[in-house]
Amino acid sequence: MIEIDAVTKVYGEATVVDAVTATVPSGSVAAIVGTSGSGKSTLLRMINRLVDPTSGAVRIDGRDTREEPPHVLRRRIGYVIQGNGLFPHRTVAQNIATVPVLLDWDKRRIAARVDELLELFQLDPAEFRGRMPHELSGGQQQRVGVARGLAAGPNILLMDEPFGALDPIIRAKAQDDLAAIQKRLGTTIVLVTHDMEEAIGLGDAIGVMDEGRLLQFAPPEEIIARPASPFVERLVGAADRPFRLLSLARCGDLAGPSAASGPAIDADTSARDALADLLWSARDAAPVARDGVIVGSVTREALEAKAAGPR
Amino acid sequence: MRSGRDGAVLSARRLDKLGVPIAGLVAIGAGLSPFATFSANRIVLGEPRSIFEALGAVGGGLTLVGLTTAALVAVLPTRPLLRLAVSVSATAVLMVMIGRAGTHLTPPDVTLARVSPGSGFWVLLFALALFLTDSLTRLRLSPVQRLVGLALAVTAMAVLLGSGAWDDLSILKEYDSRAPEFWREGRRHVVLALGSLGLAVITGVPLGVACNQSPRIRVPLLTGLNFIQTIPSIALFGLLIAPLAWVAASVPGAQDLGISGIGAAPALVALYAYSLLPVVSNTVVGLDGVSRQAVDAASGMGMTARQKLLRIEAPLALPVILAGVRIVLVQNIGLATIAALIGGGGFGVFVFQGMGQTATDLILLGALPTVMMAFVAAVGLDAAVELSERRGAGKRTP
Repeated sequence: MIEIDAVTKVYGEATVVDAVTATVPSGSVAAIVGTSGSGKSTLLRMINRLVDPTSGAVRIDGRDTREEPPHVLRRRIGYVIQGNGLFPHRTVAQNIATVPVLLDWDKRRIAARVDELLELFQLDPAEFRGRMPHELSGGQQQRVGVARGLAAGPNILLMDEPFGALDPIIRAKAQDDLAAIQKRLGTTIVLVTHDMEEAIGLGDAIGVMDEGRLLQFAPPEEIIARPASPFVERLVGAADRPFRLLSLARCGDLAGPSAASGPAIDADTSARDALADLLWSARDAAPVARDGVIVGSVTREALEAKAAGPR
Repeated sequence: MRSGRDGAVLSARRLDKLGVPIAGLVAIGAGLSPFATFSANRIVLGEPRSIFEALGAVGGGLTLVGLTTAALVAVLPTRPLLRLAVSVSATAVLMVMIGRAGTHLTPPDVTLARVSPGSGFWVLLFALALFLTDSLTRLRLSPVQRLVGLALAVTAMAVLLGSGAWDDLSILKEYDSRAPEFWREGRRHVVLALGSLGLAVITGVPLGVACNQSPRIRVPLLTGLNFIQTIPSIALFGLLIAPLAWVAASVPGAQDLGISGIGAAPALVALYAYSLLPVVSNTVVGLDGVSRQAVDAASGMGMTARQKLLRIEAPLALPVILAGVRIVLVQNIGLATIAALIGGGGFGVFVFQGMGQTATDLILLGALPTVMMAFVAAVGLDAAVELSERRGAGKRTP
């Protein structure tokens, strides 16, 4: 659990982060969204003390982060940044092993851990271990960057625009992979992004920042349905709200017993994609399949009801 | 008509672009200029001797055949390996033949007569060196291969000198009469050039790191070093005489350390002052060039400032820092000749003695080893820079 308690950062005259309070429960993903200069990166960097707060405190599992030297603290917290920040003069294996080496793990344990992580990120260890970063594609570099962040098995992972340098198709895949790995490892993630869609897709809670203040910190449904200020509403995008709500629901959860014909939609498909499918195929309903077995059907009516905002 | 034009295009394309001027230089060197000069003693002006006069009909003929072959191979579109073989052989022939010219032209029992390489020899040497370097460039040798080549060239030169093939040339006669002095000044030259470089690296790299970390000292320091660089070298050597003489006179123990207004101390200080700017500024530029994300990631993952510097920043900045060291070393080997002016020793001693006696051969005895040392340093450090770049994987993540 990360407790951010009235944290403020002042540079000269400018207050970059203004009395932000928030709690990120263990095992959850918090996405911090804001425009550039909103203070979101500074807030993130105050968690691992790359920036020291002017006032306020950050506690991790109840312990004030100032109780230990910053470099010791940082070795317990994974860190992934935009453009991945891989060390260009070190191999993939050496990059991933950075924190384990700092922690003085023995060589065999490090080698085993590197291979385990490469496999987790679908990179063949024999092929990729000895490569240099510049020999990898953008998507592969990004995966190595995240693998490096997770190398010493941290409970917390801080990510600053981790998908910023990727093209849209690779980005969607990388986001799905991250969600799956987070679910598997139960890591607490704080992720900074300027992309509301990414925040809604990955965050259990979304924090919206503007001019150093945390305007709203709430689950995505609430951010979309009840934005706390006109700025939050603008960031969500008024016209996109119904579709953003739909993207949060799985179509399997909306399936009813009625019969339908035509190709089936997978139960894990988002309600948004299911509606798109119905609109495109000009159907009012479609069968829903889980693991290839039809479990019911989803109707346009049910999807539309899900898209409606609060009355 | 059409075939005629095609033929013209083809034949123009068939000539090697650099080969044409090389062949021209060979023609000028072989035909127009004197190959060697002969003088009755070391001070009078030399009389020109052509290739045939200097080497006799057989030797001169063979040399001309060799040079013509080299010029032809240079002009025609030939393979790089053949070009290298021919340029190396032609250079070797030229080197041996100038020695033979010395033997051939020196009358028996006349010890005062001097035979020196003439302008034709130097033009030929320049043309063949151009040919040789160009062939090496076309072969795209790896840094290690270049170092091996350099070692082979140095060995060949040593064998040539050791075999006595050049003993009748004036420059070696100058050497003979002052061999112990030559090696003493040579050692002094190396100490001056390498010592000032060592001091500059030991102090300059930390200064560069400090500039990189605190912008406040960066501008004043680099401006100051830039200013030193603009002082003419002879003036700087002279300017240091007064302060160092004062130090020697007023600081106890300074004289015992060898510090005085003239001699090696001011020379070393002046060379050190010139060395500092390239070392500091290349360290700053090298560290600035290290990807910000890599540095941020290093701190974010828990490296201490020292670990970050030694494991990430220094290795990534190394090629640029080494490039600075290369500049300094080559510059210092040349500048160290001026140290002789203030009694600092080095090969400059022979240059200035030679100028005083109008003895060109003596000037060459000081100048040629200096040029060769600078050349060896340049080739060696270029290879080192390239090797360090490879380790750092040239391309940097954006």
